[in-house]
Amino acid sequence: MADVTAAAASRRTWQPMISAALRDPKVVVGGGFILLLIILALGADFIAPHDPLAQDLMLGSLPPAGMAGAESGYWMGTDDLGRDVLSRFIHGTRVALTVAFVAATIAALVGTVVGLLAGYFGGWIDVVVSRLIEIWMAFPAVLLSILIVAILGSGVHSVIIAIAIIDWTRFARVVRAETMAQRQADYVTASTVLGFSRLGILAGEILPNVLWVVLGLFTLELGLAVVIEAILSFVGLSVSSDTPTWGGMIAQGRGIIYQAWWVFALPLAGLLATVLAFNQLGAGLRRSLDPVMQR
Amino acid sequence: MAEPLVETRGLTVDYATGRSLRGPANASTRVLRGVDIRIDAGEIVGIVGESGSGKSTLGRALLGLVPASEGQVLFAGHPLNAQPDGALALRRHMQMIFQDPMSSLNPRHTIRTILTRPILLHGIAANQAAADAAAAAVLDRVGLPLEVLARYPHELSGGQRQRIGIARAVMLRPRFVLADEIISGQDVSTQARVLVLLKELCAEIGMALAFISHDLSVIRALCHRVYVLNGGVVVEEGSCEAVFAAPQHAYTRALIDAIPLPVVGTGWLAA
Repeated sequence: MADVTAAAASRRTWQPMISAALRDPKVVVGGGFILLLIILALGADFIAPHDPLAQDLMLGSLPPAGMAGAESGYWMGTDDLGRDVLSRFIHGTRVALTVAFVAATIAALVGTVVGLLAGYFGGWIDVVVSRLIEIWMAFPAVLLSILIVAILGSGVHSVIIAIAIIDWTRFARVVRAETMAQRQADYVTASTVLGFSRLGILAGEILPNVLWVVLGLFTLELGLAVVIEAILSFVGLSVSSDTPTWGGMIAQGRGIIYQAWWVFALPLAGLLATVLAFNQLGAGLRRSLDPVMQR
Repeated sequence: MAEPLVETRGLTVDYATGRSLRGPANASTRVLRGVDIRIDAGEIVGIVGESGSGKSTLGRALLGLVPASEGQVLFAGHPLNAQPDGALALRRHMQMIFQDPMSSLNPRHTIRTILTRPILLHGIAANQAAADAAAAAVLDRVGLPLEVLARYPHELSGGQRQRIGIARAVMLRPRFVLADEIISGQDVSTQARVLVLLKELCAEIGMALAFISHDLSVIRALCHRVYVLNGGVVVEEGSCEAVFAAPQHAYTRALIDAIPLPVVGTGWLAA
């Protein structure tokens, strides 16, 4: 009977963890906003009230609903070419989220693996990685990303690769330091004495302790990737100009800021809210899920 | 005379102190100088000395965690090759209980994971169900409730964590266990219960125990034989009664004189 009771007593299912996360206001607010963006991106064709590319000069520079001269149906107004701002914003979430998730995931994977190896094995691996990180830090990130996209050619792929190439060091730096700290703990020595191999200890003992730092960085990186994509769109290096992007909208709105400030304001507000939401989600997830943080 | 379980022959350990601006490159400090000790199967041996005497280094060298500069460590006749990941079969038989039970338990593993992973690794339990049963049995033996299986180390008290550390070590049914200052930092009644438990487990499993401590009264109550370490050299060895009754070395006498009076009786360990 002992085995039955033991199994019952020791099983930690995912259900209480998920419900704990859903009770955290940061997760609810941050995650709710991100979920909304994901729904907008997936269903943009159905949700957007207008074709984001349809131009109508008769309807140019319409103000948002509620202002004098607003036209019904154009909730957030139109730009100088008569394109619906809200529809363009909704379609812009596609590029923003695609870049954010793919680029941040690649950067996190590469940076975490490199950081773990450098921090755990030290020696020449650590020397090489540390020098690389230092060289990377000396480069101005925005200029480097523009350079990379200029070499690779514009397009979502190039933007993703550029962000991953630039930002893997964020993960590598922090993971390396955390791994070095964890390596000193007695539980690593204990695992050696118990007979675990070095890679086994790295993956089975140290990684679970480093993962929470990676989660925090990852959500930060999601927000950063959205910003970098917007910067590249702003300078016209992201995707072709007939695909609506937030950065492209900001660039366009900047030129007509005195005639139609709303073209500029909506994507900027969206950008701010997205970065904030990702950060809050990360903080909330860690607070509610990390066993050591639950005191 | 039977072959000793653990034996050191002229064990010398140097720690690299790194490069300094002056002095030779790769300077090192000699921590142990030609130490010869032997621990027989099932024997409880105390290793005593003050801070910096090299007793913890000696303990780590016995487990092959610290490489020997000269001399060697033999386990059941096999020389340890001083590699952290030595032969798995040998590893199982030499375990360690740590001074700081919080640090020695992975903070992000449940007690269940901490107890079952090692026996699964060594094939002592064939599957998770068998490992769970073994974990439940060992918890019962060390006097902890089954509920702790689902807990994380920080959710337990210091004394409970120490018991988990002991349980993890003895689950592998080792032939030799090293206990490094395991009772410092605990209150007296917890210390006493941990020592009684250790003594019982040694008898049950037939494992040898090297008990490192600076506390002579505890060594006297627990151990059969004792080695006194000072400055990386064994200055005295012998059975506990002999050493405590008639210490031969001035350093040992100084240590014994330093035991606060009244001397703690040993009645509570008589069982």
